[in-house]
Amino acid sequence: MASAKPRVKVPKTAASGEIIEIKSLISHTMESGQRKDKEGKLIPRKIINKFVVTFNGKEFFSCDWAPAVAANPYMAFHMRATESGTMEFAWTDDDGTVYTDKKDLKVG
Amino acid sequence: MSSKENPRKISRRHAILLVGAAAAAAGMLPRVSLADKEATEAAVKAAGGDGASSGGITLDLPQIAENGNTVPVGVEVESPMTADNYVKTVHLFAEGNPNPQVCAMHFTPASGIAKASTRIRLAKTQNIVALAEMSDGSFRRETVEVKVTIGGCGG
Repeated sequence: MASAKPRVKVPKTAASGEIIEIKSLISHTMESGQRKDKEGKLIPRKIINKFVVTFNGKEFFSCDWAPAVAANPYMAFHMRATESGTMEFAWTDDDGTVYTDKKDLKVG
Repeated sequence: MSSKENPRKISRRHAILLVGAAAAAAGMLPRVSLADKEATEAAVKAAGGDGASSGGITLDLPQIAENGNTVPVGVEVESPMTADNYVKTVHLFAEGNPNPQVCAMHFTPASGIAKASTRIRLAKTQNIVALAEMSDGSFRRETVEVKVTIGGCGG
């Protein structure tokens, strides 16, 4: 698999104090390590095991994922908007690769 | 019972008796579900959730999941989400999966609300357990059963 493609949906603006919903998606097989190939050999595990979201450099939400998270992992979560800035997303693969994305948010 | 005459016949009966006695003694059941529940409770305990109280958690899952490969799950934990009273982590466990851990979601007061949704893989019909760790060190838990028509763990 080439690179995992992330897609995030963040509102462009928010009122101060408003709780916004953020949606994230990344294309990734999330190989569980349970499947067998045609020869009956176990296909090794290869998943995204960590998802971290920061706003203006401060982490406000993160997840640890196990193989039970479905392929093309989707995650929707929330943030209380207090100031304008940049939201950054990082997905870490078992092999150490980190996929990133970012979105700006205007508050007030 | 002499083991000299017809040793094969007697030893087979003896073997069956032995296996039966061993199974009864070990309290083994034909299905693996009991061990899965134990593995889940061990995972809950490892996360600190021994003695977690119930209530305050909404765990949204379909009653019947057509495709075990991708089952939507939503969780919300009641909390003011202030600096001194917020939800730190919500763990999800799947009792009937090869491994009970599904994910651990870490919130902060800046989350505003301890609410998140994702999609998970379920091997078969089973209980899903949500365990919430609060900032004051207390835990809450909730369990929901999901019927799965086509399991999603093998190929």
